Amino acid sequence: MKPILFTNGRVVDPSQHLDEVTSLLVQDGRVAGIGLDVRAPDGADVFDATGLVIGPGLVDVHVHLREPGQEDRETIATGAMSAVAGGFTAICAMPNTDPVIDNQGAVGFVKAKGEAAGLARVYPIGCVSVGQRGERLAEFGEMAAAGAVAVSDDGQPVMSSHLMRTALEYARTFGIPVADHCEDLPLAAGGAMHEGIVSTRLGLKGIPAAAEEIHVARDIILAGLTGGHVHLCHMSTRGSVELIRRAKDQGLRVTAEAAPHHFTLTHERCEGYDTSAKMNPPLREAEDRDAIRAALADGTLDCIATDHAPHHYDAKEREFDDAPNGIIGLETALSLALRELVLSGRMTLPTLFERMSCAPARLWHLAGGTLRRGSVADLVVFDPGAEWTVDPSRLRSKSRNTPWAGETLPGVVHATFVGGRPVFVRSEPGSRKAHRRPRPHPPATG
Amino acid sequence: MNAADLGKDLVGLEPLSAAQITAILDTAEPFKEVSERPIKKVPALRGKTIVNLFFEPSTRTRISFEFAEKRLSADTVNVQAAGSSVSKGETLVDTARNLEAMRIDMVVIRHGSSGAAQFLGQRIRSNVINAGDGTHEHPTQGLLDLLTLRDRFGKIAGLKVCIVGDVLHSRVARSNIWGLTKLGAEVAVCGPSTLLPSHVADLGVTVFGRVEEAIQWADALNVLRLQLERMTAGFIPSLREYNRVFGVTSERLSRAPKDLLILHPGPMNRGVEIDSDVADGPHSVILPQVTNGVAVRMAVLYLLAGGSPDWANAGGEA
Repeated sequence: MKPILFTNGRVVDPSQHLDEVTSLLVQDGRVAGIGLDVRAPDGADVFDATGLVIGPGLVDVHVHLREPGQEDRETIATGAMSAVAGGFTAICAMPNTDPVIDNQGAVGFVKAKGEAAGLARVYPIGCVSVGQRGERLAEFGEMAAAGAVAVSDDGQPVMSSHLMRTALEYARTFGIPVADHCEDLPLAAGGAMHEGIVSTRLGLKGIPAAAEEIHVARDIILAGLTGGHVHLCHMSTRGSVELIRRAKDQGLRVTAEAAPHHFTLTHERCEGYDTSAKMNPPLREAEDRDAIRAALADGTLDCIATDHAPHHYDAKEREFDDAPNGIIGLETALSLALRELVLSGRMTLPTLFERMSCAPARLWHLAGGTLRRGSVADLVVFDPGAEWTVDPSRLRSKSRNTPWAGETLPGVVHATFVGGRPVFVRSEPGSRKAHRRPRPHPPATG
Repeated sequence: MNAADLGKDLVGLEPLSAAQITAILDTAEPFKEVSERPIKKVPALRGKTIVNLFFEPSTRTRISFEFAEKRLSADTVNVQAAGSSVSKGETLVDTARNLEAMRIDMVVIRHGSSGAAQFLGQRIRSNVINAGDGTHEHPTQGLLDLLTLRDRFGKIAGLKVCIVGDVLHSRVARSNIWGLTKLGAEVAVCGPSTLLPSHVADLGVTVFGRVEEAIQWADALNVLRLQLERMTAGFIPSLREYNRVFGVTSERLSRAPKDLLILHPGPMNRGVEIDSDVADGPHSVILPQVTNGVAVRMAVLYLLAGGSPDWANAGGEA
């Protein structure tokens, strides 16, 4: 692999308090040097990054890749393609596939498929419980040895407090977090959207904010009891933010993520029974969205994770009650974060990289998340000033369930490198066409 | 826009203006008379095909629509679709496409999911009439309640109407709230807090926790059916206690400052939400509601098909 010298780019890396226009050399898959005095070795490619930002590749600790079992929605390869097109160099695959990833063999399958795709790094997450049934612990030790970086029953909360306690205690042995989907099931039962004035008007059963907050409070208390690392998935309410803030003040090992839709959209988006706005946790109120934004700015919420949830095009084409939850997010996350958090003045670009790259890599012990000399050259090059229009038929994900179809967003990814290798290069100006576009299915109609 | 132009579909009363609602009620007046004739038929919808697509069991609403259609000389087909679309059989969008392919003019839909009527209306060119979608709206029920109140009081504006009972699960309640408030009535809801939507006050209604307070306040009570499954789902401890605390009884009504008009969308649970002597008493308009139901449904069908209110006033002759 030829060395690459990136010149004239704005290199942003909060892990070394770096934000300056300089040169960056990648050699043998690693960052070999940063500085205006760095020279290209013989035979190196030169990447002119004038006007572009170079940062550590984005890391998403929460994606659904649907393989095995639901390959009509996404595969590990198409999900990884979607990731690198969105600037992500590492993604963590939730285990609620069919069958679920609850043993070392299944973990090995996800890892092998990710490696075969050769795009973003794909890290498997193992189940907390066998079969995700919430009854007894899955084999954390064997799964961790096979490559699982965390355990989670995501899609379902760990409802049993006893199981959650033992999971937190047992996971400590292997140094992996327990990522919990916080939802008090009896309180949320049958709910299709946030409980509030919009659900009242639409006649849809609501999911109260309390359904999340009760579970968050329990997980925090159990983190205190066990000393284990609990990671709270897709936080959506202002109450959750307050609970996490208090837990961090107490020094508990609690980390938390928020999804782009929760810092962008509110429950009014469900008007007209728009199933592209149906998710779990649901879109909440403006005060909740504002609290999520503020918590991402001040670090109460550690990271941004997409909860990328592909669904086949016709699955969302049905009654609101019956439509599945979730949206795809890998290709829009950076742009939404730029628009909602950086361009609006809520946080700086380095803080954005902290939330989308450094923190998730550091907290989950993943490669990347830094451009320090000697570290793996996982990086993203993007133009923060350019705009693009979301055309679902041109996204690399196999699914098109995005609520931002037709919207023009800031931030165009020019290239994504994993281990110094270009895994995504924007092929023509103004477009986001990849050099490689797996698309086994014909475009959807209607 | 002509007040009688309702657009393509009737999915609820929330999107309608006061003028549109009044136009429907005014159009229903001459249609009342059609049902009193020996030959109960006008040719207004001759040659139109209408499908009554019922995904939930319904007796009175379906029959009422069917009479309305037949008295307007439409050709009708009843489809009793089994279960929800997601559990078995084809999806609602496929059903919609099939209906479209058969070139029908109108669809009357009853469905267990909120938003189903709007979903259908957005996907087919035919007119769609919501005959009840989940816990969202039941606009023709709201309209027949308005017509019945107007018959008795002469006007809606200024009336105090309290909806009593399971507002949380009631599409009738939402249509009533929109229709009444748009026409200038004061609306209250009353029921156990477990059966009131958490943000109902934000719809512009007064909330009473006790039925005695509602009775002191109201000119009319619209008493909602309490479904038995609300008890097993834990919303109320027992039907017996519900009747004790929230039942509309003659004993409670006797302490009202005035005679209250009593409405009920049916079917009634006698002795639960309403006592028999109230339901059968002199101030009950429960059966006139049913009669008015046919007239307002004729009016809605007629207006959506493009009929003019003046023409209906001329006796619906064509």
